[in-house]
Amino acid sequence: MTDRRAARIELSGVTKQYGAVTAVRDVSFTIAAGSLVTLLGPSGCGKTTTLRLIAGLETVTSGRIMIGGDDVTALGATDRNVSMVFQSYALFPHMSVLDNVAYGPRVGGRSRRQAAESAREALAGVGLAELADRLPSELSGGQQQRVAIARALVLEPRVLLFDEPLSNLDARLRRQMREEIRALQQRLGITVVYVTHDQEEALGVSDRIIVMNHAVVAQEGPPRDLYESPDDVFVAGFMGETNRVKGVLWRLDERTGRLTIGGLTRTVPHRGLADGTVDVAIRPEAILIVDGQPTGGALRGTVSQAAYLGSRMEYSIASEIGELFVTSPAVDAPLAPGAPVALTLASHGITLIRP
Amino acid sequence: MRDGLRRWALVWSLVGCAGLALAPWYAASDGAGPGKLQLLVPGLALLAALALRNLPLRLGRATLGLRLMVLGGGSFIYIAAQGFAIGGQPGMGLGAAVVATSLVMLFALGLAARGFFKGDAFVAGAVVVVAVLVVFFTLYPVARILLSAVQGSDGAVSGRALAERLFAAKIWRLDCLTGGRSCGVGWNTLVLALLTATTTTALGLAFALVVTRTGFKAKRLLRVLTVLPIITPPFVIGLGLILIFGRSGLVNQLMEWAFAVPPSRWIYGLPGVWLAQTLSFTPVAFLVLIGVVEGVSPSLEEASQTLRADRWQTFSRVSLPLMLPGLANAFLVGFIESIADFGNPIVLGGNFGVLSTEAFFSIVGAQLDQGRAASLGVLLLVLALGAFFVQRRVVGRKVYTAISGKGDGGRPAPLPPFVRRLAFGVALPWTMLTLSIYGMALAGGFVETWGRDYTPTLRHYAKAFSVEWGGTGIIWSGSAWRSFWTTLELASIAAPLTAALGILTAYLLVRQRFAGRAAFEFATMLSFAIPGTVIGVSYILAFNVPPIELTGTGIILIVCFVFRNMPVGLRAGVAAMSQIDGSLDEASRTLGGRSFVTLRRVILPLLRPAVVAALVYSFVRAMTTVSAVIFLVSADYDMATTYIIHRVLNGDYGVAIAYSSVLIVLMLAAIGLIQLLVGERRLRRGAPALEALPTGPIA
Repeated sequence: MTDRRAARIELSGVTKQYGAVTAVRDVSFTIAAGSLVTLLGPSGCGKTTTLRLIAGLETVTSGRIMIGGDDVTALGATDRNVSMVFQSYALFPHMSVLDNVAYGPRVGGRSRRQAAESAREALAGVGLAELADRLPSELSGGQQQRVAIARALVLEPRVLLFDEPLSNLDARLRRQMREEIRALQQRLGITVVYVTHDQEEALGVSDRIIVMNHAVVAQEGPPRDLYESPDDVFVAGFMGETNRVKGVLWRLDERTGRLTIGGLTRTVPHRGLADGTVDVAIRPEAILIVDGQPTGGALRGTVSQAAYLGSRMEYSIASEIGELFVTSPAVDAPLAPGAPVALTLASHGITLIRP
Repeated sequence: MRDGLRRWALVWSLVGCAGLALAPWYAASDGAGPGKLQLLVPGLALLAALALRNLPLRLGRATLGLRLMVLGGGSFIYIAAQGFAIGGQPGMGLGAAVVATSLVMLFALGLAARGFFKGDAFVAGAVVVVAVLVVFFTLYPVARILLSAVQGSDGAVSGRALAERLFAAKIWRLDCLTGGRSCGVGWNTLVLALLTATTTTALGLAFALVVTRTGFKAKRLLRVLTVLPIITPPFVIGLGLILIFGRSGLVNQLMEWAFAVPPSRWIYGLPGVWLAQTLSFTPVAFLVLIGVVEGVSPSLEEASQTLRADRWQTFSRVSLPLMLPGLANAFLVGFIESIADFGNPIVLGGNFGVLSTEAFFSIVGAQLDQGRAASLGVLLLVLALGAFFVQRRVVGRKVYTAISGKGDGGRPAPLPPFVRRLAFGVALPWTMLTLSIYGMALAGGFVETWGRDYTPTLRHYAKAFSVEWGGTGIIWSGSAWRSFWTTLELASIAAPLTAALGILTAYLLVRQRFAGRAAFEFATMLSFAIPGTVIGVSYILAFNVPPIELTGTGIILIVCFVFRNMPVGLRAGVAAMSQIDGSLDEASRTLGGRSFVTLRRVILPLLRPAVVAALVYSFVRAMTTVSAVIFLVSADYDMATTYIIHRVLNGDYGVAIAYSSVLIVLMLAAIGLIQLLVGERRLRRGAPALEALPTGPIA
């Protein structure tokens, strides 16, 4: 029960079917002990079902789930030593904050005094010691979130699961809670699996990201890899805004190739693609708007729409390689629609997409 | 913890053995014991189940489960088969009941061990127990009444006997149209039900419009009026009507005095019953329709107005069509209530018989024809179930009002002046009539003889409830005390059982997914649709003879209350539980709470309002019901309502009215006490959440 060591999670060939619908299809991955891994994907992609399968709230149709080296496939949620923070927080509305946090130890058979003691400790850990006697309805959203985390942590689980923990908070609080969750995870060194549909949140909080789509894992890796070298169109689009254009590849060596887009040339990893016309994904910030006549060639275009977003400008630009979506930090010198521009490409944020 | 299952198997095996060894197998008191063979199988099964404990850990869960299922289920079937097959033996007693229960529990544990119900022993046990109870106390009696209806007088099953009875001239003759004496009870019932459904729906709509769409001030008064019928014994309205419109009622006396018009008897018959039913069931229609009217999204009406429709166009083309499914529902509810009603027709019907009263007179009257009672019951059942299924389809189809969802702003459109005047013109006089009837009914208990001698007196109360001090203490010398205490006792026993069974079933239906859940839900809701008269007749047919011989006991009344009223607790529980987010259960599970712990610590506290509603309702219904009970009472167990009915049938209105008033006061006190005991649900400081009583078909 009080095994403080973080546990490794291993899914192999996990499938979950509801009648004719397959929510999760043959999913396998490993989550290292003590890391924070995000399950990222659009709604209905199977990420929450995967999380619930790890929690034991659903049982697999086929496949195997190991936690900390033990096969837990047949165990229910009650027997898995896994805690979960729910999207709605699921705080018991009829119990005080303290009773909520003490619930786990209480039903686990500890005395009222012991349970209250560890609950107070857990509440202090999330900075809510003085609110112990309130009811959940008397707390703000962020405070409720912290209570839910304290309630999950009080049992000292080997794995902590978060189901869209920030979706009910307003934007300002979101960043703060995200950082708190990350700090807490680092401090306690526990394994955390975190479900979200927000790619920025995933990038900001994770050691690794598992992107899911249509019930299968689309790509898995460190945040930077997923953003900068997505495997396919879906991941590219899901990890952030992207421009899809055509380019011509000419392989240079084992790893890299020369990519020509319009009149511009860049050296990029060829990712095993054959020479010839290829699909390219370019991040909006990788397209640079240049003043005057740049050396080394440029793309010509005309601004068709412009929007001021405070920290950056967003432009739609009709160019010779198609309609481009471009962001620019130069808010002091905004371009008006109709203005002619010259464009060039940065050295990062350009990826070849496997067909 | 996973050995909890084995522990429970041990506990239930021991309980079974104890029942077998210590309690009498048969209920009969003459000491006749069962044959050895009859006890052998369950005895051996229980010992074998005990032995399973001793070879535990090598035995896989699946094997253990299979053995438990075979032992428990097999010997349960053996006991049941033997009970039904062997004639001439006495009814089963406590010992048999305990053994049967433990065998059923062992079977359920076996199911859980084999992975059914997600391996949850508590859920498995609960589902199996509720299912067995429903089979024995709802499905079996209904099967018996169907069987009796197809059995001829010689006992042989024949379709002709059924056809003869179902289409008997007495039920379907149309003499009244051609100037003969009266029409058949089948037509009477149908015509009455259609009339009542029409008027209750119209009046209910008028009230709902007045309350929600006008600036009417005394809304609370109308709300109170809707609670009244719930705590009113079913013949109070009939009595009130007699006091006003009866032969020696106020109206007739006035007419005779002023215009020398001879007193009329119009109140006894269709008009009186119709009026009484309309008075009784309008509040139910109102409660159905107020939700419907409130559900019409104001933004739709505002949209209509911005499209240049005037008030009348908005009402007739937008609001009214949106309410149509709700109106159909209210109509069907009124229809079902009317055909199931027993109290009003028996008090006011006179020669105007309906199916429920005819069935009663076939059993208690000079005819003593159970087959006829059964076939009348079957006819009643067919009508009620037919209407019930139509209603479920109407309600089941997506009601328009649900589409726009909540969180819709806007103000409801004011009613067109014509509709507004009509609604007020109908609702206000009707309120006055209802109030005066209740007033009369209460006042009637305090005068010597209504119609002849209006001297104030406490004579009736004294006759019913006098208390004397004797040498040994209090002597309850009033004539009503006996039935009063019986009623109080049985209602107090039945209420917690009813609430517990209803809430437990609701939990199983809302929170658990298992094979056969749909059938389970259907069977539990079915008893809701069966008219009380049918239940009464079928209980007599089913439990008058072994193996389950219950007539003449208090148990049959309690069983009847529990299964008649359980669906109300069930509905209250389902409605309340659907409001509780499933993630609360899941949170409890991930924190180590098993299903029983979760139910007790998380769900039940949140269900307090529903628990209160279920307790109050089952208590009150047990005190006021008459239709089923009147078949089941005995000399030892007379109920308040049947006592009152008999006073009414003897023309002894004073005592009947006095007793009814006492019952109403008692029920108000009981409601207060239950709320005090169960307490309130506290989710927010200073804002107790108490929901209204549920309402449903009352029969």
